[in-house]
Amino acid sequence: MSAALLQVDGLDLYYGDAQALSGVSLEIAAGEIVAIVGANGAGKSSLIRAIHGIERPAAGRVRFDGVDITGWPSHRACEIGVGHVAEGRQVFPNLSVLENLEMGAALKRARADEKKTLEHVYSLFPRLAERRKQAAGTLSGGEQQMLAIGRCLMGKPRLIMFDEPSLGLSPAIVQEMFRIVRRLNEEGLTVVLVEQNVMASLRIAHRGYVLENGRIELSGSGPDLLSNDRVRQAYLGL
Amino acid sequence: MSQDFLLSLAQAITKGLLTGMVYGLMALGLSVIFGVMRVVNFAHGEMMVVGMYLAWAAFDYAGIHPLFSLPVIALLFFGLGYGLQRGLIQPFINRPEHQQFLLLLAVATIVVNVCLAVAGPDSRGIQLESQFDSYELGPLVFDAVRVHAAIAAVVIAALLWLFFTHTRIGKSIRAAADNHMGALVVGLDVRKLYAITFGVGAACVGAAGALMITIIPVTPFLAAEYTLLAFVIVIVGGLGSMTGALLGGLLIGVSEAVAGLLIDPSLKSMFSFGLLIVVLLLRPQGLMGRKDSR
Repeated sequence: MSAALLQVDGLDLYYGDAQALSGVSLEIAAGEIVAIVGANGAGKSSLIRAIHGIERPAAGRVRFDGVDITGWPSHRACEIGVGHVAEGRQVFPNLSVLENLEMGAALKRARADEKKTLEHVYSLFPRLAERRKQAAGTLSGGEQQMLAIGRCLMGKPRLIMFDEPSLGLSPAIVQEMFRIVRRLNEEGLTVVLVEQNVMASLRIAHRGYVLENGRIELSGSGPDLLSNDRVRQAYLGL
Repeated sequence: MSQDFLLSLAQAITKGLLTGMVYGLMALGLSVIFGVMRVVNFAHGEMMVVGMYLAWAAFDYAGIHPLFSLPVIALLFFGLGYGLQRGLIQPFINRPEHQQFLLLLAVATIVVNVCLAVAGPDSRGIQLESQFDSYELGPLVFDAVRVHAAIAAVVIAALLWLFFTHTRIGKSIRAAADNHMGALVVGLDVRKLYAITFGVGAACVGAAGALMITIIPVTPFLAAEYTLLAFVIVIVGGLGSMTGALLGGLLIGVSEAVAGLLIDPSLKSMFSFGLLIVVLLLRPQGLMGRKDSR
């Protein structure tokens, strides 16, 4: 754990008076899949957004590859390799699939290799190649999720943070989504996976954190957390 | 007699269509700004008037034809719009609409009074040789200056369309308008894109001003009228729709010209507002507006 790619230290985040995160600290090493699990409203999405710079934390530090990126605007964080697949997919509905992907490659770090990355994304998601001219808003939920992932990959991230990638998708597509997450990790991407699907995400994760009411309550390896009584009772209903 | 009337009606309609293209370009600026960042530029007519004054000054002092000063004015307006957005409007972007309204109203008031202080209340027009030229098509006669202005407006609108569909920045602006969170997530610099958008919108209205001065003389008091006119056009055409703005411009241009022919030129606004009311009653989202857009 010496070579942490992402290091979060004592992060506090407020929405007005409501505290969404309090003193959240975590470390993610290069090459890991780390799951962040917790109930609805525990602060999982807030944590991702605060790391990415979409929300501004009131206190705490975020370091990426040793660089302090606390308070950086999101586009600068993307520029050094932070990738984010947002909750609800957030595709550009009136732009074509191809234009959506091009937007992912608008980063300076990604422009030179745009063609090559696009081929790679199309090989991962042949469906996107078939529908490249279609408006993204006309895609199915699963296809939009693939587009959101593909668009993120176009920016050549080193870390990719998935926010509820399985939300609202059919079971078959959820399975496919987890397969893709694992495959991207095998290709060298570091993955942060925020999920309500606790079982599935802890199964593919090397390590996990349990977030409750904006605090980290537990952490450990995937198997450890899966066998932890508290996790089993609270999240797995066992 | 009735054939004479039909001819003058056709004449009025063509004149309205040509002027309407320039109106459309002006309204395009308002529509682009609103469509992307949901800010209504209440200083739009004031910017138009500044564009007209600049083109007038370039002609009056240096003899530069408005068609040649136009690119410079557009570029200058792009810079002004960019700066205005970055420095003044951006801090207001998430504030309630009435605060944005007050801010831009203040800008409008300042601009129009600076015009009044510098250029005075008298109307300033330019005398071009081409103002006496005309083109004939069958029985119809087209004023050369209007034809030139309309062609220039069409060319600029086409360039704008190419910008939004074929350049990375243009597509990024559409993306940011489409899904703000999506734009943040993929790492688009939304603030910069907003500033560019305001710059582009300002450049449109500056260019429209440079064209308009070849058709009518300018006074500071035209500003409020143009702001209102741009609203009417954009609402008739559909908020945020580029083709809607152009179509709305044509319709308003024609309705003004026909009103001038049928009743009295000073009652032309009655027709424009009448058209606005009809559109709001029958198709509240505007002619080209999408139903779901707010």
